[in-house]
Amino acid sequence: MDAKDEGRHSALLSFLNRAGRLVVTVALTFLGLLLATFLIGRVVPIDPVLAVVGDRATQSTYDQAYKALGLDKSLAEQFWIYLQKVVTGDFGTSFMTKRPILEDIARTFPATLELATAGILIGTILGIPVGVWAAVRQGKLFDQIVRVLGLVGYSAPIFWLALVGLLLFYAKLGWVSGPGRIDISNEYVITRQTGIMLLDTALQGEWDAFRNAVSHLVLPASLLGYFSLAYISRMTRSFMLNELSQEYITTARVKGVPEWRIIWVHALRNAAVPLVTVVALSYATLLEGSVLTETVFAWPGLGLYLTNSLQSADMNAVLGATIVVGAVFIGLNLLSDLLYGLLDPRIRRRT
Amino acid sequence: MFHSRKLLAASVAVFALFAGPGLVAAETPADTLVQAWAIDDIISLDPAEVFELSTSEMLGNSYETLIGYDPKDVTKLFGKVADSWTVSEDGKTISFKIKEGRTFASGNPITADDVVYSFVRTIKMDKSPAFILGQFGLTPDNVEQMVVKTGDNSFDFKMDKAYAPSFVLYCMTATVASIVDKKLVAEHEVNGDFGYEWLKTNYAGSGPYIIREWRPNEAAVLERNENYSGEKATMARVIYRHVPEGATQRLMLEKGDVDIARNLGAEEIEGLKSNPDVAFQEGAKGTLYYFSLNQKNETLAKPEVAEAMKYLVDYQAIADTIMRGKVKVHQTFLPEGFLGALNENPYSLDVAKAKELLAKAGLPDGFTVTMDTRNTPEITGMAQAIQGTMAQAGIKIEIVPGDGQQTLTKYRARNHDIYIGVWGPDYQDPHTNADTFAKNLDNSDGATAKPLAWRNAWDPKDLSAKVDAAVMEADPAKRAAMYQEMQKEILANSPYVIMFQQIEVAGLRSNVKGFIVGPSFNDNNYVYVTK
Repeated sequence: MDAKDEGRHSALLSFLNRAGRLVVTVALTFLGLLLATFLIGRVVPIDPVLAVVGDRATQSTYDQAYKALGLDKSLAEQFWIYLQKVVTGDFGTSFMTKRPILEDIARTFPATLELATAGILIGTILGIPVGVWAAVRQGKLFDQIVRVLGLVGYSAPIFWLALVGLLLFYAKLGWVSGPGRIDISNEYVITRQTGIMLLDTALQGEWDAFRNAVSHLVLPASLLGYFSLAYISRMTRSFMLNELSQEYITTARVKGVPEWRIIWVHALRNAAVPLVTVVALSYATLLEGSVLTETVFAWPGLGLYLTNSLQSADMNAVLGATIVVGAVFIGLNLLSDLLYGLLDPRIRRRT
Repeated sequence: MFHSRKLLAASVAVFALFAGPGLVAAETPADTLVQAWAIDDIISLDPAEVFELSTSEMLGNSYETLIGYDPKDVTKLFGKVADSWTVSEDGKTISFKIKEGRTFASGNPITADDVVYSFVRTIKMDKSPAFILGQFGLTPDNVEQMVVKTGDNSFDFKMDKAYAPSFVLYCMTATVASIVDKKLVAEHEVNGDFGYEWLKTNYAGSGPYIIREWRPNEAAVLERNENYSGEKATMARVIYRHVPEGATQRLMLEKGDVDIARNLGAEEIEGLKSNPDVAFQEGAKGTLYYFSLNQKNETLAKPEVAEAMKYLVDYQAIADTIMRGKVKVHQTFLPEGFLGALNENPYSLDVAKAKELLAKAGLPDGFTVTMDTRNTPEITGMAQAIQGTMAQAGIKIEIVPGDGQQTLTKYRARNHDIYIGVWGPDYQDPHTNADTFAKNLDNSDGATAKPLAWRNAWDPKDLSAKVDAAVMEADPAKRAAMYQEMQKEILANSPYVIMFQQIEVAGLRSNVKGFIVGPSFNDNNYVYVTK
């Protein structure tokens, strides 16, 4: 065996080792997530049977539901039964919607995914250049405006902003369509495929419905976009300020590199590394489903579903939705780690 | 600056392209009625399980019950699926004949088999509303001997006692007495589940509408039943859109994106009054707003304290401000619209009188007590108003906010001091409220029945027997008098401070005509709506 072969062999081993460690970490994270959610669901001062049978049921009805929910077993036993089912892909049935949890999530998650993706695109595409420019113009008027806008985005209650947005752009000006994902008249024009309205309408060539879906999406997405913009631009600004004060920037200036190149290529390229994490985390937060936005805009997404389930102690639904949110978080974290590697030459070389 | 300016221009262009004013359709289709309502209460579409407000209304328009009443005058009962009925000599059997030649939406004929199957199914499945039929002595074991087919179009309904016929017939108007299509449901039976797995998200009735689809937290769609045996519905489609926020509903109504908004708050109603495109339809509902005093608390158990508290609520001010247009003052346990309802409201804010009573109870300086309050704006607003007036007599109320299920769980465990909330009748007969407000046979912690009297650890003494007697009285006039007597007693001496009766207000586009708001949710009717 020559040296080259040996090297390849050990590279493979180290890759397997890392992949294995990753799988174990992810599995443990999920288990912890499940256990914590499960326990919280059991200690909240809500009688889950009440949500099923209501206030008026007789004792026999109550007992029947109590058994059906498996509440007569010990906590450990309940958790073990649940785990076994989850491993086989059975998340149980929601007792509010009377449908399998997976079906519920498949119905609600695309709505949230669509809204969150549109929101993060707006937030990133506008937020990064705004942040960069604010850093360049530090202390000047533009910077001040951005900081004030960011502050408002940070501190204004989204519920209020959403209602004001609806009042202005929907009720008064009529620029956008109202709450909901699509008009009733378009609702039955399209058949549900992906659950992502823009994609479904586009794939089926229903361009009127597509435009209608966009005009429903634009306001809630802009709102979420504004909120992530406030965060992303602020972080971009501070990363950029940090980069712009480094010595290599001075060196580049001395060498006569054009200023736009220094800002948008040299400095931004380095600031981009931590920014990836910021964007990924913002995206993950939006994907959890923004409950208040979804409530005001009657947007049938995951946030609304999760809140309703929590309030009626619908534990199967809460656990199912939590796993999805957890998976999103873990997935995006892994993705940003991966991008880190691609963007940061030091990490790239090490691997 | 160059880059961001370009981006800004681009985004404005995109915005303008997609969201030009011309694109926004502001009218609902002419053959479709669109309602905005928070319909996240739905847990099932099966008449044997439905108890929720929104589904009661949907089933009221899509299923037919055995008996119906005139929503304007509930004493007028008539047959819906039933044609006629006779009560036996001993009063323990009612023989029903059902109307011939009528069909379900599926085209199957409605026969006695379907009625018997529907009742047996309800009792055997034993879901929440099953007791409405079960209280006549029907159990999963004996129901097949109690509800018996006597011919293709006739059946006997047997009971363990000679209950007042009016009581039995009113119970037959409840959603749980809806008749399901036996043949259709039986096709979907799995392991003897009476088709429950299927019917909870499907439809098998004979009403003017059929339930086409229910997407949780999103929408429910009803379509005209072309096989309906009566006069067909005017609208081809009725769509319920789940819109959780009242403020959002208001904007959609003003804009014409919905025809009817169902969850408008007092503020929204006030704001809409000046809009000529919007009209209102209202009706008194059976729901009562009340607060009650746990008798396990020694202070609250003093009769003078309970009476003092009845004088420490500014009923009229709450009805005129926080709850403007949505309630009327009502202090007895039977809401207006019920047989025997007593419309007497003797209490009003009288701090001096209350102080006198508190002094008599040995509490001249008042006391401190908690109030479990559901965190909805209405209930919280009421609780705060009560907190203010109580303070004038030295009673310090600490509001403990909680989510609906949370406060209810605590209430049912008798762990509260004061609970403020609502009570809605289960069916349109006075017994439903008498049974819960005035009867408590077992006041121990381990009792199986948990009526309101029990939840407040209150022993109504001889009232319990009066409740039982009233339910056996065959003469409706005498029966009504018995309930009036009970109401007077509860009004004078009980741990309940009953304050208001709900008025349901729907905001409608002014071109919408014929929407009826009935006394209970399954009476809300839009079968002959035009727009």
